[in-house]
Amino acid sequence: MPELDLILLIAAMVAILVPTAAMLVWFERRLLGFFQQRYGPNRVGYFGILQSLADLIKILFKHDWIPPFADRPVFVLAPLIGAMAILMSFAVIPMAPGLVVSDSNIGLLFFLAMTSMAVYSVVLAGWASNNKYAVLGGMRAAAQTISYEVFMGVSLLGVVILSGSFKLTDIVLAQEGMWYVIPQFLGFVIFIIAGVAESHRLPFDLPEAETELAAGFHTEYSGIKFALFFLGEYLGMMLISMMITTLFLGGWLGPWLPPFVWFVLKTMGLICFFILLRASLPRPRFDQLLEFGWKWMLPLALLNLVGTAVVQLWGDF
Amino acid sequence: MGQPSKASLLNEIQLLLAGSHLQEETTADEIPTLWVEPNDIVVLCDALRFKLTAPFDFLFDLTAIDETTRQHNVIAQRLDFTVVYLLRSYARNQDLRLKVALPQDSKSLASVTSIWPNANWYEREVWDLFGITFTGHPCLRRIMMPTTWQGHPLCKTHPARATEMGKYSLPDDIRDLEQEALKFSPADWGLEPKGNPEEFMWLNLGPNHPSVHGVFRIMLQLDGEEIVEAIPDIGYHHRGAEKMGERQSWHSYIPYTDRIDYLGGVMNNLPYVMALEKLAGIEVPERVKIIRVMMSEMFRILSHLLFYGTFAQDIGSLSPIFYMFVDREKLFGIVEAITGARMHPAWFRIGGLAADLPKGWDKMVTEWLDYMPARMADYDQMVMQNSLIKKRAVGIGAYDTATAIDWGVTGPGLRATGFDWDLRKKRPYSGYENFDFEVPLGTRGDSYDRCAVRVEEIRQSMRIIRQCVNNMPAGPYKADHALTTPPPKDRTMQDIDSLIPHFLSVSWGPVIPAGEVMMEVEATKGSNAYYLTSDAGTMSYRTRIRTPSFPHLQMIPVMAKGQMIADLIATIGSIDFVMADVDR
Repeated sequence: MPELDLILLIAAMVAILVPTAAMLVWFERRLLGFFQQRYGPNRVGYFGILQSLADLIKILFKHDWIPPFADRPVFVLAPLIGAMAILMSFAVIPMAPGLVVSDSNIGLLFFLAMTSMAVYSVVLAGWASNNKYAVLGGMRAAAQTISYEVFMGVSLLGVVILSGSFKLTDIVLAQEGMWYVIPQFLGFVIFIIAGVAESHRLPFDLPEAETELAAGFHTEYSGIKFALFFLGEYLGMMLISMMITTLFLGGWLGPWLPPFVWFVLKTMGLICFFILLRASLPRPRFDQLLEFGWKWMLPLALLNLVGTAVVQLWGDF
Repeated sequence: MGQPSKASLLNEIQLLLAGSHLQEETTADEIPTLWVEPNDIVVLCDALRFKLTAPFDFLFDLTAIDETTRQHNVIAQRLDFTVVYLLRSYARNQDLRLKVALPQDSKSLASVTSIWPNANWYEREVWDLFGITFTGHPCLRRIMMPTTWQGHPLCKTHPARATEMGKYSLPDDIRDLEQEALKFSPADWGLEPKGNPEEFMWLNLGPNHPSVHGVFRIMLQLDGEEIVEAIPDIGYHHRGAEKMGERQSWHSYIPYTDRIDYLGGVMNNLPYVMALEKLAGIEVPERVKIIRVMMSEMFRILSHLLFYGTFAQDIGSLSPIFYMFVDREKLFGIVEAITGARMHPAWFRIGGLAADLPKGWDKMVTEWLDYMPARMADYDQMVMQNSLIKKRAVGIGAYDTATAIDWGVTGPGLRATGFDWDLRKKRPYSGYENFDFEVPLGTRGDSYDRCAVRVEEIRQSMRIIRQCVNNMPAGPYKADHALTTPPPKDRTMQDIDSLIPHFLSVSWGPVIPAGEVMMEVEATKGSNAYYLTSDAGTMSYRTRIRTPSFPHLQMIPVMAKGQMIADLIATIGSIDFVMADVDR
């Protein structure tokens, strides 16, 4: 029964992805500690490996507080939207041949649509909290996501032109000769930048810039609802890493090792890179960020698109 | 400082105020001190500030003394309250103290805020703590105490201990009133409503906010993310340090000074003990001076390193602070080996130090000095050369030298504007004249320059410490003087005339001769001064602590207008203040 298989696969995916995202929290903290000449969490379990479990237990037992001045239904819904939208995106990512929930013809578009959905979570959270810091965070998130989404989509079109498909499995298979990171290097760099911005991580963590807006859009959140935002952020980081792997680094392709292992290794490498970014860069100012997006990234992405198209058409003739 | 010109200065001032008699008073610190009639103060200040050639452009301090229980050193001019103005002329490198006597039934004086903008907060403080009103002040409201406070704490009639105050209780209705009093209303701050209220948002930044470095509140009127108006509100960290000075013995107050600028450690002790040594007439040995300089410079580095890291962190760079904490930890290890404590050693004593340097101290210090330059080079790459940080800090929160002097800025914030004024060079104390070091200057007076000046000061402090290590003189670690605390003990068991004073001095604490004195040091954050009045007792009659951070915060609205929130955070980060230093 293919439906049962599919349900099992989805259940397995969720059962693996969510704990992995939780483990990433610990992994990031340890790695940041390593970069910053300190230990990081090393008390719970061997090397502190159970830290996330301890955090989860603590967070589950916290008072599930909704501020009296908040817009209740939206306040509760907002973190769910974020986590769900990102979890849905994993459905189209092929992690190994055949290991994909939905190998859709429009997989890439589905991914872009879902990441756009995720911003609703931040904006609604900011709005529903009825808190000035949260509103400022939500506004920043909206402006930032709109600006960065445009060239994120455009930067991927080069890959689509080369592979001739929106289907992610096709895109991976098309990279058998050469990974797209080489012909599409500009697209690769732009997509990484947009990806960091989409997942609101430093240096693009303006919606929750701690030193400016306290906790930004999730200032009023605590307990399990806060955990969902947190989870969403780490799931987002995994998602972006997997997308980069799929689109530019040949997905599961690689010699000797099984395909799935290659996929995981490439993804982990990218995640480490994201963490290193966080450890090394300061945060630009809000208007500088937008300026960078519209004045530099968008023209470059368009240039990349036109250039790729010209080269491709030249080859066809 | 300017001793020969004192007579000519007084003549010059007398000419400014023809027809009025200015009575001179002699103080232990030899700063020219004049008693002025209450009605003359504004005219005289205006003339000193605007009409004099080489004017008194800087209002260093403005405070008051409650004279009602004074017993010694009685002079005719003194009434119930004395308001004290300490002015400085940078061009002359000369200080001038003005005193105005006020009777209990007429505690009112004209405001000088139109002459020196930084008088605003000082006058509010005097009103809050002494109940002296200033006519013409734009917004005379409490600054240290909560608006609901009864009485004026620095008056001698106000209790100093909780046990004198009756049982404390907080019924619900009073609690509600207290909370209501914390609500912000622009009208209370003398603000005219600007524009359509629906177009602006008031944002309450603090008292608990990650970037205000303690409990500090700024009310921001925002247009989008742009700041239209900023109102700093302080007093959340007020511990009554000046009042405590009036009930602690001279000796036992030293640990309190450590906690004024809590990053400055023993550097806070220095102006306090130097002031007392001046009053007591103690000349400290050369070795003491050099050790004091060395420890002070260590704390300058410790404080500047913390500033450096938090400045980068406020701009969003997570890592530098951790590296700098590693360096600070190593240096704290040395401080601990020498003094036995880390952040607040309280290690200087009246007339000396608590102990001599331990064996092997020079090796530890030299090792750290050899280790540090490479780290500093790393930080240059990581922070100062980082293009994102440059974009966030260059040209942000800039002011020029004139504005800085108007608002009473001292220390690195003043030198970042390119104005060469370092107390260690201009009026060397504790043997700074023997050291070879440079005074780093900025050019633009912006956040970036304020940071750059401090970074270079770390290097200069390392130079000074190395000179201390190489040239440490031998000798005793405290002065041979009866008022040195703890007093010399060697002759106590031989004659009764030494035993009795020693016993009294140890049990009561030293009795410091009557008089008043102001001593200033170039502290980590600017000019830190202790203005002590002794009434020939075992305790201070009045302890005034002039801290650098207080006027620096007052200037925030000048820098903030038109900035984005993120700029304000970078600006605040570049000021380098701690709230304990502001509120005392």
